[in-house]
Amino acid sequence: MADNKIGIYLCEGCGIAEAIGMDELEQTVSNEFQVTTCKRHAALCSDEGRAVIEKDIKDGEANKAVIAACSHRVMAGRFQFDGAVTVRANLREQIAWTQTPQDEDTNMFAADNVRMGIAQARNSENPEGHENVVKSEKLLVVGGGVAGLTAALQAARAGTEVTLVEKTDQLGGWTRKWSRLIPSRPPYRGLIDNNIEEIIKAVEDEGRITVLTNAIVAKTEGMPGDFEVTIDHGGSEVKDAFGAIVVATGWRMPDDMSPYEKYGLGKVDGVMTGVDFEEVLANGVEKDGKKLETIAIIIPCESEQMPYTSGVADRIAIKQAIQVMDANPSAMVYVLHDNLRAHGQAEELYREAQDKGVVFMKAMVKSAEAGPALTTDDLLLGQEVKLSGLDAVVVMTGMMPNSTNPDLPKAEKGNEFLCDDVNPRVPITVNGEDNGDGDEAKAKAAAASGDDDEAASVAPADCDPDNPPLPGGALINLQYRQGPHIPILYNGFIDSHYICFPYETRRTGIYVCGAVRKPMTAYEAGNDATGAALKGIQAINLVKESRATHPRAGDLSYPHFGLDICTKCRRCTVECPFGAIDENEEGYPQLNPSRCRRCGTCMGACPVRTISFKNYSPNMVTEMIEAVEQPDPFDEKPRILVFACENDAYPALDMAGINRAEINKTMRFIPVRCLGSVTLVWVSNALEKGFDGVMLMGCKSGDDYQCHFVKGSAIAQERIGKVSETLKNLMLEEERVAIEEVSIADSRRIVELLNKFGDQIEEIGLNPFKGF
Amino acid sequence: MAQDGPQSQTIAVIGGGIAGVTAALEAAETGYDVILIEKEPALGGRVSRLNRYFPKFCHPTCGLEINYQRIKKNPRVKVLTMHEVTAVDGEKGAYTITAKKLPRFVNEKCTACGECARVCETEIDDPYNYGLNKVKAARLPHEHAFPMRYVIDAAVKGSGDEAKIAEACKYGAVDFSEEEEEVTLNAGAIIWATGWRPYDANRLETYHYADSPDIINNVEMERLANHDGPTEGKVVRPSDGEPAKKVALIQCAGSRDVNHLPYCSMICCLASLKHAAYVLEQYEDAEVHMYYIDIRAHDKMQTFYERIKVDPRIKFIKSKPAEIHAGADGRPYVKGERTIDRELYEESYDLVVLATGMEPAARDISTGGDVVKDEDGFVLAIESGDGGQISCGVASGPFDVALSTQSGTAAALKAIQAVGAR
Repeated sequence: MADNKIGIYLCEGCGIAEAIGMDELEQTVSNEFQVTTCKRHAALCSDEGRAVIEKDIKDGEANKAVIAACSHRVMAGRFQFDGAVTVRANLREQIAWTQTPQDEDTNMFAADNVRMGIAQARNSENPEGHENVVKSEKLLVVGGGVAGLTAALQAARAGTEVTLVEKTDQLGGWTRKWSRLIPSRPPYRGLIDNNIEEIIKAVEDEGRITVLTNAIVAKTEGMPGDFEVTIDHGGSEVKDAFGAIVVATGWRMPDDMSPYEKYGLGKVDGVMTGVDFEEVLANGVEKDGKKLETIAIIIPCESEQMPYTSGVADRIAIKQAIQVMDANPSAMVYVLHDNLRAHGQAEELYREAQDKGVVFMKAMVKSAEAGPALTTDDLLLGQEVKLSGLDAVVVMTGMMPNSTNPDLPKAEKGNEFLCDDVNPRVPITVNGEDNGDGDEAKAKAAAASGDDDEAASVAPADCDPDNPPLPGGALINLQYRQGPHIPILYNGFIDSHYICFPYETRRTGIYVCGAVRKPMTAYEAGNDATGAALKGIQAINLVKESRATHPRAGDLSYPHFGLDICTKCRRCTVECPFGAIDENEEGYPQLNPSRCRRCGTCMGACPVRTISFKNYSPNMVTEMIEAVEQPDPFDEKPRILVFACENDAYPALDMAGINRAEINKTMRFIPVRCLGSVTLVWVSNALEKGFDGVMLMGCKSGDDYQCHFVKGSAIAQERIGKVSETLKNLMLEEERVAIEEVSIADSRRIVELLNKFGDQIEEIGLNPFKGF
Repeated sequence: MAQDGPQSQTIAVIGGGIAGVTAALEAAETGYDVILIEKEPALGGRVSRLNRYFPKFCHPTCGLEINYQRIKKNPRVKVLTMHEVTAVDGEKGAYTITAKKLPRFVNEKCTACGECARVCETEIDDPYNYGLNKVKAARLPHEHAFPMRYVIDAAVKGSGDEAKIAEACKYGAVDFSEEEEEVTLNAGAIIWATGWRPYDANRLETYHYADSPDIINNVEMERLANHDGPTEGKVVRPSDGEPAKKVALIQCAGSRDVNHLPYCSMICCLASLKHAAYVLEQYEDAEVHMYYIDIRAHDKMQTFYERIKVDPRIKFIKSKPAEIHAGADGRPYVKGERTIDRELYEESYDLVVLATGMEPAARDISTGGDVVKDEDGFVLAIESGDGGQISCGVASGPFDVALSTQSGTAAALKAIQAVGAR
């Protein structure tokens, strides 16, 4: 590391000089710190302002620049200088725009922000990325249905080598069974030919694709850029390396078909599933030599559907009805539905069916009788309607996602990570010391004895690891410390931020598409697969440059582990939301750098603070905490420390500034990568240093979580739950520490929260540690 | 003939809403150069004007913030705002995009200090809030605007404000000499992500949208519920600012109607359920009536529908109202026949929300030869799929946000194939 040559650059623009005493600030900085240079400029972001900084760097006057100006969220590119570390101290949004101008407290706030910036700069280096781990740039596609085929084909057409693994002896999956498909192009009516054979042929003809049928993934080791995959190919083992993996394992019939018994399925002759009816349709609407002319198609009513049913069934019912009418215009088809979900362009298909004489009945089926016949409640007529003399009854059953492989036995270990809520429920301590309940000692003892489960494998309350919500084995059998599964969401689909970032699973470099992600038609699955193929290629490209993938795409920093003081407590390996850290034979954490998303949750987990990034570390934040001046108790000026998640809470704070809201003058803010990276040590540091209150602001947790690192905010809540012990030991009131879920749209609420907390702390009174 | 040089490898994304931003970033993070072209002063499109997403009730700005962070960190994405594309011509590897560069009167020296707005007295209808309120003609488009740069409306030109504003800016960022100009851009592949606009409710003649301020459309409802909207998030009657407790939600206002939009717009049922939740959340004695043909809770949304449905304060009425009008008492009335019991009804409300459908914005743009538009204006890649023009999001069909981000990602790969994958 080169010697720190820190240059301080104070911007006077955008109201900063009007609000803050700049002479005083410059003097404070120069007196307190041996900084190389401290300069002021009317607008640092202007070409002239930028040139001042650039010159100092070029002349060797500074190798680190603390730019005290606007929030780091603006002018980011403007304040980057080759070969220098840049740190931003927020004087504008946070102070000039929210505080009383030219006030003593405002000046103190400004000085503290610059002090924190200097502490940050001192402890910051520009990251250079981890060593290149890429051994293969090939893509593995798991599943040979329409999604898997399309993913393979689209990736290959972008120049990527692909291996496609299909568990059965032929490609095409469910789609092979469909005789006709829903049109995806104008005029959006008129069923189209099934083109799955063409897609299969294109895959087989594509030189960049290797197809393995009768094959499953037996084992996946390694990490993006270097997945070492063992494939069981018809009983023989094939080993290969891949850069990324696309999982397209599709769907299956529901494991439990009993909800459909009331429609006669499995009980009454002539009642069949929609899947079986496809065969009848392919056979000219004939079954056992008999033409089927009067048919009822049931779309099960909503309350009886599993969460994974809706959406596709209705359109398939319409398609099948049209197909019957196309084969025999004098046929009679009843479609029984509650709300008919012919969404999007399928409305035209619905219209076509009506034009062709299909009868749509808003009706609930009460029972099925021999014949087959149906007794229904017609919701429009308000009376019972019997349908008898039917040739067939077709029941639209649900699509259950193959988030696990039902053909394989349940995994022996790691099932709790399939459906974890908050992991883990391990004891948390402060300063690496036992927090009083002896758990830390237990953890250490357990670690020493090599007993894995004592310390870290405590299952969350809402998941029984012996009975995970989906039966079967792991899809690609990941050899990760956190078990073999790709974690799922509460509804059984594979977990992702399914609105904004649908492909981002919790296993980096592994992207999921098709009906295992959400119910979709063949055409939709193909589109979905194209996106997943892109994500696979992108992951390989980013990893090749030692860069992080989503959401910190491009980040070169990664966690370093100081194993010399590691106690092998394994919290980092268990708490990582992405399963990035394994344990080596001796029980020490072993990072798989390309699995890492750089959230810092491991850093927040580590009780001995030995995990750090080049530009984000326990020491850095501790020094930032210490850098804040604690006024003499006689001045009666409380100080409150706020750890704000940089993804949502911090932007909301900036927006409060943009709105010129008035923020409590006692607050000091430290942006954090994710609340999961906050260690309780920082909280106790702050209190010991004289802060009167500490607040953590992070994203929503739970089923509808908004944390960009999935688990960070939940884990922070777990940790903070343990803080009362610490406070008790310090003889401090519990109300001095608070955690709040804040959304990015809370630019108004966040001000209220802060001001209320400020009042609360004022009421409690000053921290007795202040001044010691 | 594909042109040589870097432009033939550049991907142009037309439209900076959620689909376009996603497509641009996914391509750039895979290593390709992208120009992202947006006609408004800030990115984010429709979703930046939404209060929350269904079914998670999370805020669109949350995902946008991450995307903006990605853009800030990625030098491969070049963002052009206030560029309105009028035509695309050419072929794979060599497209020419013609755009109107609209005057912003604020250049890149803007620091967003806000002095121009402070001195500006001219007010205009706030485009961010669909004109529901007035805003200074010199303004930051909204608190989460990216790029964070002010914009000045042409209404200022020639007024007394012009000189004041020019003088107020200390950074040389105000430039009233800017004029609308035509620019051409070159790219090897085009991604259409031009999104949608709400169907013009005035064309639903029997719904008398213009006759009462308390008859609004669904995108306006999002602004009413949003903390940075015209009412700071309070769902009130626009006419008098009183609480809107009794609310009618009118489904298929334009959609599923061959005289208007023949397709189902896919999002409106779920959006209206969300609107019901806004009202129910704000008023204990709320009363919400949802007039519907079918509640189309597609894919995983069934559980969301069921979550809202159980509230006793919401009533679902299967009916397409025949008429909505302002009564003599000034309140909006909804009139029609209930489909299930054939009863006629006429009921007054504090607020009537028309669930207007989505009309593709690309309708009016001239696309080049290797892409087609259907009768409604949705942009579709040609059948053979080997052209260099791709579409995603609502430019390609009536999609929700999840489908828009998904299709934006898929479009990135298609564009990469078109410019010649490396």
